[in-house]
Amino acid sequence: MADALSGQNSQRVVEHVQIARSRELGIDPLVLSGKRPLSTMGRRYTQDPLWLRIVLISLAAIVMGVLVVIPVINVFYEALRDGIVAYGRAIVGDPETRYSIVLTLTVAPLAVLCNVIFGIAAAWAVARFRFPGRTLVVTLIDVPLSVSPVVAGLAFVLLFGMQGFLGPWLRKQGIDILFTVPALILATTFVTLPYVARELIPVMEAIGPDEELAALSLGASGWQIFWRVTLPNIKWGLLYGIILCNARAMGEFGAVSVVSGRIPGETTTMPLQVEVLFQDFNSPAAFALASVLTLLAGVTLVLKGWVERHHAVTPHLTDQEGTDEQTQPTPKMSGSTVTV
Amino acid sequence: MSISVVNLTKRFGRFVALNNVSLVCPTGQLVALLGPSGSGKTTLLRIIAGLEVPDSGAVYYHDDEITQRSARDRNVGFVFQHYALFRHMTVYDNVAFGLRVRKVPERQIRERVMELLRLVRLEEKAYHYPSELSGGQKQRIALIRALAPDPKVLLLDEPFGALDAKVRAELRQWLRRFHDEFHVTSIFVTHDQEEAFEVADRVVVMNHGQIEQEGTPLEVFEHPATAFVMDFLGNVNKLPVRVEGGRALLGETGTVEVPAKVFGTAENGRIDAYIRPHELDIARTPDSSNCLTGKIVHLNPAGSVVKVRVLAEDFGLMLNVDLTPERYRTLGLKPGETVFVTPKAAKVFEPDYSI
Repeated sequence: MADALSGQNSQRVVEHVQIARSRELGIDPLVLSGKRPLSTMGRRYTQDPLWLRIVLISLAAIVMGVLVVIPVINVFYEALRDGIVAYGRAIVGDPETRYSIVLTLTVAPLAVLCNVIFGIAAAWAVARFRFPGRTLVVTLIDVPLSVSPVVAGLAFVLLFGMQGFLGPWLRKQGIDILFTVPALILATTFVTLPYVARELIPVMEAIGPDEELAALSLGASGWQIFWRVTLPNIKWGLLYGIILCNARAMGEFGAVSVVSGRIPGETTTMPLQVEVLFQDFNSPAAFALASVLTLLAGVTLVLKGWVERHHAVTPHLTDQEGTDEQTQPTPKMSGSTVTV
Repeated sequence: MSISVVNLTKRFGRFVALNNVSLVCPTGQLVALLGPSGSGKTTLLRIIAGLEVPDSGAVYYHDDEITQRSARDRNVGFVFQHYALFRHMTVYDNVAFGLRVRKVPERQIRERVMELLRLVRLEEKAYHYPSELSGGQKQRIALIRALAPDPKVLLLDEPFGALDAKVRAELRQWLRRFHDEFHVTSIFVTHDQEEAFEVADRVVVMNHGQIEQEGTPLEVFEHPATAFVMDFLGNVNKLPVRVEGGRALLGETGTVEVPAKVFGTAENGRIDAYIRPHELDIARTPDSSNCLTGKIVHLNPAGSVVKVRVLAEDFGLMLNVDLTPERYRTLGLKPGETVFVTPKAAKVFEPDYSI
């Protein structure tokens, strides 16, 4: 724009822009235009006013405290209220509670496994090929994020129930899905579907197909390419996806609640058992079990932090100097953790 | 092993990347595919490598038709523009990859890898990762990785495209020496005509998915077959001429004759004559009547030739003239002076009526 104007005019435009920018930044316009030396401006131009900083910081602290810190501390406080012995008895003493822990630690890894297989396949297809319906696949992967888990659960009931689409036929084959462990795995897999795939798609797109093509031209088979080239390149992204997926899988309540039928000692996972205990006015036991879930979430957070560090600074992943366009993607999905 | 392609056609959607292309690369030669971006040269290379499937046509290695064969079974070495080194493997493991997937015993692998590393003088980098190498080093590793399994064909896709000018010039000569040692049939893609002429035994000039011309660098440079080739191979002056009595005359009044052979062009037909900057000479006095009067607009004496821009106002033409530094000093030219420009040679291409 300045090119089109005569010298004097363009000078005025520049000044105008500088003044506008200086207002935005809270900096003296004379400093920005270079007419006043920087040293005279002191700290006050580079920082927000003190009252604003105090207000914003305390607002953040209050929200964090009320919504996160106090509830988490309270869970442990309530759980340990009657002493460590009562706490231990609440967790391992009741067979149904014991079973719920085992069940969750079975269902979650199996759902994660399903999602690792699906996630790698989906990311590979989406990142490496252009096919009709590709955008649709990308959109469908995100559906579980936008659909309420309860709706997902109901959809499974409609699909596998006795009045459902597949239910009667499966019944004839002697297969029951609804109100069994497979239903829990299916529902959990559905709800956690996006986590691995969405983590891997940007990673695979950023890495590009060249290394795989190089391996192919060097005589590697499909499996050799996958195990020796693709997997090592995506391993941190994959691990990150697995951790997020696992956290979500262990905490899943809504969809599982609908398809489980809540049969005690059979299809009651940890979050469901917490609810059952709570409804029975057995709050110490409910809080004890909730604290176990929270601890698992804590472990997840630590793992996630560890992987994130590697994910970002692995020297081999930040290959290629300035001439190349490849940069390591930072994980896009904000960390969601176990919901209790 | 010779490589030939017959009537290759490849489309991407509605874009025709290759239009019925046929080409033979003789055994042991280093062939350059030269052309602007979008001319189909990379697509042709990838089809030869098996990384792309043609819509129609065939690819032969020697006498075997391998059009349908996977890249895995073609035994080609492929070098990528951005190296495509395996970033999680050391240099040693990168070079060993092609041998390991073929289940070569580890002892033989060691010998071969170290021998190749010595050849490119990068033995001390064997246990470094690609990220610790410079661009030129990476490309040398990429090249020996491709050569490790003893390929019958070596294909290079803009191998020096991502490197800076000095490294590029070094690697060019190095590639030539390398090829003279190995004698594996090689094809490389480039958009840099200087690179193609310096390195290749044969140059194939491509444009719009078709081959415009192929031949030795000298043939192509001295006798460009089409206006495109003439234009693409470096700087050229394009002068509109009128044909009269078998002579190409400049301008409407027809005072200056351009020394070009004109065949078959219709009498009074209009056509473009191409003159390279070094085929024009500048003089202080009109030596003959056959010269253009012009004013010097710009002088660039830096470099091995002196570049002069002359505005010939009578014809409304801007001419680029290259002078030797000696000639420039003798004449003592200054911007703004009036000089006389004489064409020493020119080329005219018969119009292509098929378009």
